[in-house]
Amino acid sequence: MPLLSVENLRTYFYTRAGVVRAVDDVSFLLEPGETLGIVGESGSGKSVTCYSILGLIPQPPGRIMGGRAIFDGVDLLGCDKERLRLIRGKRISMIFQDPMTSLNPYLRVSEQLIEPLLVHEKISRRKALDQAVTSLEEVGIQDAGRRLHFYPHEFSGGMRQRVMIAMALISRPEVLIADEPTTALDVTVQAQILELIKRRQRDLGTAVIFITHDLGVIAAFCREVYVMYAGRIVESAATGEIFARPMHPYNAALQQSIPALHQKGKPLFTIPGLPPDLSKPLPGCPFSPRCTYAEPKCREQAVTLQTMAERHQTACLRYQAGELNDLRAAVGV
Amino acid sequence: MLKVILSRFLQLVPVLWVLLTLTFFLTKVVPGGPFSAERQATPEVIAKLNEYYGLDKPVWEQYLAYLSKVIRFDFGPSYTYQSDSVTEVIARAFPISLQIGTLAFLIALLIGITAGTIAAVNKNKVWDYFPMSLAMVGICLPTFVMGPILALVFCLQLKVAPVSGWYGLDYVPLHPAVMPALTLGLFYAANIARLTRGGLLDVLNQDFIRTARAKGLPDHQIIFKHAMRGGLLPVVSFLGPAFAGLISGSFVVEKIFNVPGLGQEFIKSVFNRDYPLILGTVIFFGTLIVIFNLVSDVAQALLDPKSRRSP
Ligand SMILES: Nc1ncnc2c1ncn2[C@@H]1O[C@H](COP(=O)(O)OP(=O)(O)O)[C@@H](O)[C@H]1O
Ligand code: SF4
Ligand SMILES: [Mg+2]
Repeated sequence: MPLLSVENLRTYFYTRAGVVRAVDDVSFLLEPGETLGIVGESGSGKSVTCYSILGLIPQPPGRIMGGRAIFDGVDLLGCDKERLRLIRGKRISMIFQDPMTSLNPYLRVSEQLIEPLLVHEKISRRKALDQAVTSLEEVGIQDAGRRLHFYPHEFSGGMRQRVMIAMALISRPEVLIADEPTTALDVTVQAQILELIKRRQRDLGTAVIFITHDLGVIAAFCREVYVMYAGRIVESAATGEIFARPMHPYNAALQQSIPALHQKGKPLFTIPGLPPDLSKPLPGCPFSPRCTYAEPKCREQAVTLQTMAERHQTACLRYQAGELNDLRAAVGV
Repeated sequence: MLKVILSRFLQLVPVLWVLLTLTFFLTKVVPGGPFSAERQATPEVIAKLNEYYGLDKPVWEQYLAYLSKVIRFDFGPSYTYQSDSVTEVIARAFPISLQIGTLAFLIALLIGITAGTIAAVNKNKVWDYFPMSLAMVGICLPTFVMGPILALVFCLQLKVAPVSGWYGLDYVPLHPAVMPALTLGLFYAANIARLTRGGLLDVLNQDFIRTARAKGLPDHQIIFKHAMRGGLLPVVSFLGPAFAGLISGSFVVEKIFNVPGLGQEFIKSVFNRDYPLILGTVIFFGTLIVIFNLVSDVAQALLDPKSRRSP
């Protein structure tokens, strides 16, 4: 039985410029202890998806228009706020993209680190602080007893992200949502943080939803991948499948633009054009303006996600019609 | 930190000197003299008075004489209150303004921060619009309108506070400072409410508030523990000058409630061309403002964790 099952999630923002359909009919399953990747360019709705699950969408302007997120029998989208609050930070934790702004600059790290324990568990301050030292040691912060009492500005970016990870995992949650946890960090630090998340996940048996815009990171990390574009899932499969048998031109294009896989000497491939404006209605395939395989019907026909092989889904009309076969050849890697 | 405070204190000296010099020469430029208003006085008497107070000497000589006295903290005699020195007048009037001002300050803080917080938490809902429109009214309504309204309600209708005066008013339940303080306090409360709301909304939009929510903290902890400290910074920088302004006495409010505070004395001294009293009160006000600005700055710096060192 899945630990978390998100079904047909739709989250819109009612802005002056119109209704932004940030997340439009997204579904995925997370099994206990497994790692699930969500990949897509910036603005494709990855963060909004996670915030929706945890009730962190600013309302207004945001509004969850439909869907369910069943966690251990409870619909997180429909249950009352207090119930969700007690799950947040205790059974489902989250780490964010920017460690420089995600910690409160006015409070000592110790104070922030023990908050999940103080809120969710009957525990004395003394004990919570002891546990905080251990948790800092576990994320590889040396001299933890002293540095526990630092202010966030006394840590580097990478160290702060370690603190964030310690804070998210201190209550031993069943799910960790990591929203681009390495995007804001130096390349050298990125690998360390990834390694750390992997190790802690193994130790604690936590299921991880790993969000990134870099398919290269997914490869090393996730068992299953959901590719997001313009607020929708356009392809999903086991990681091996995603790379071995891409079924959506967007996935193929993303693979071409993985920095780590690109051949020296050639310029790095970037997908031409920009993601669509989500406040305008999108008839047909949202990727069609940028897709090299686009045909007139792509701009008209409604797209649906369809299962093409064992646990492998695609929203590409032409792939579904059998008109595209080896997208991997196009990737050229 | 200490170094900064000390250097700021030393800055006080040139600031006050400029203030004093400007005021001194301005009073000389204004036509008329301290004794021209006294109708009975003959020219001979006026000449005698001017000679007695040294007003017949060249201006720069008067200036130097005054400066040399001020350095010794002697502000001279008041021309209006013949038997009193300027220091004595201030010592009599300031405690009254100080009481009113301090009470007004506390009222302003209590109402302002409460209203601003309620508004910020209920952004764009009834409990935002309601206190904020009241604050807008409070800001637009001058104290000379608010004062009489409050006097009408509390003094004339409810009869719980004296309508006017300061001494010997024990027959009403409320101290004579309360009504003037309420008038002033409501005006400042409106400003504080707006600053509080703005500051809190700024902070509530920050990433670390989302982190706090993601940890499952209850709303009151998010507001009071995570948002208040940063959210009140703009208020803190406003409080110093506001406190200085409040305790130096408001002429309008003191006039409405007929309280013999420093605000009234200052305006009277201007009308009477009581040069030493004008200069004395200006220096006094100047000192208050500089000191409480400094207090504000120090408080603000202390609230910034970057100014603190970890063990
Ligand atoms: N508070 C908001 N108000 C209006 N639009 C928003 C808000 N937050 C996100 N969006 C919109 O939702 C879309 C998806 O954003 P996001 O989930 O942050 O993308 P990603 O995390 O994939 O980079 C974007 O088009 C963004 O403009
Ligand atoms: S449906 Fe058409 S436009 Fe969309 S990805 Fe497939 S081929 Fe490209
Ligand atoms: Mg994002």
